[in-house]
Amino acid sequence: MEIRKIVELLDAEIVCGADKIDEAVKYGFASDLMSDVLTLDSEGIMLVTGLTNLQTIRTAEMADITCIMFVRNKEITDEMKALAEENGMVLLECKYSMYKTVGMLHVAGLDPVY
Amino acid sequence: MELKYEVSGGDFTKAGYASSAVKKVLKKLSVDPKIIKRIVVALYEGEVNVVAHAYKGTISVDISPERIFIRIEDEGPGIPDIDLAMTVGYSTASPAVREMGFGAGMGLPNMKKNADELNVSSKVGQGTTVELITNLN
Ligand SMILES: Nc1ncnc2c1ncn2[C@@H]1O[C@H](COP(=O)(O)OP(=O)(O)O)[C@@H](O)[C@H]1O
Ligand SMILES: [Mg+2]
Repeated sequence: MEIRKIVELLDAEIVCGADKIDEAVKYGFASDLMSDVLTLDSEGIMLVTGLTNLQTIRTAEMADITCIMFVRNKEITDEMKALAEENGMVLLECKYSMYKTVGMLHVAGLDPVY
Repeated sequence: MELKYEVSGGDFTKAGYASSAVKKVLKKLSVDPKIIKRIVVALYEGEVNVVAHAYKGTISVDISPERIFIRIEDEGPGIPDIDLAMTVGYSTASPAVREMGFGAGMGLPNMKKNADELNVSSKVGQGTTVELITNLN
């Protein structure tokens, strides 16, 4: 699914990486537990999370995740943004709850990792 | 090639700094991206463990054409029962560590999964040494 389509679907804000929204993600994975994210083997994952700190971005960097959706309008710091930009990531933010975000993505056809 | 990094315990703002640096080096050396991911995921969990559980540590990375050898050595409380620490779900992590998205007792098991060889040794009251070995061929 194209990131652009996800942005429209969730009425999301693009925090950084606007030049890459025509790229696509294959799977969605939702977690606030970074150790769990680090167990994933698939490629092309969009992470949906409510955890907003530098370790979220670091985790994505290590796990080769290039697109993150932050739910519930959490505060994304300049430091997070800078690290994401350095790694060529797309950071998105939406106002919906985790439950609603994941539900809408699922209905729209974004596959789960498993 | 030898790389060395210092890690300070408790400092979550810098956690992942060494893993990120190692990732950049391995990319430059054109190591297979799948192998890079396994190495840096394991290293990152190890680096977070020093930050979360120890006082300070050193990460040394030795890169040769055949294998990558990583040693994470820390000064800290040590691990009284290593088999127990390796069990999925076992954790003594503080609430502060959990707020960072860690502390579910999944780090050491995932390091084992991602490395070709994992050696953990520890002296209670002194510190812990973790070795991660990854074969390149
Ligand atoms: N470097 C270390 N120094 C002291 N204790 C450690 C260290 N690494 C791991 N441990 C112990 O082993 C447990 C399990 O580690 P791990 O699997 O990484 O899970 P977590 O870090 O989420 O608790 C930790 O909670 C801690 O008690
Ligand atoms: Mg850990």
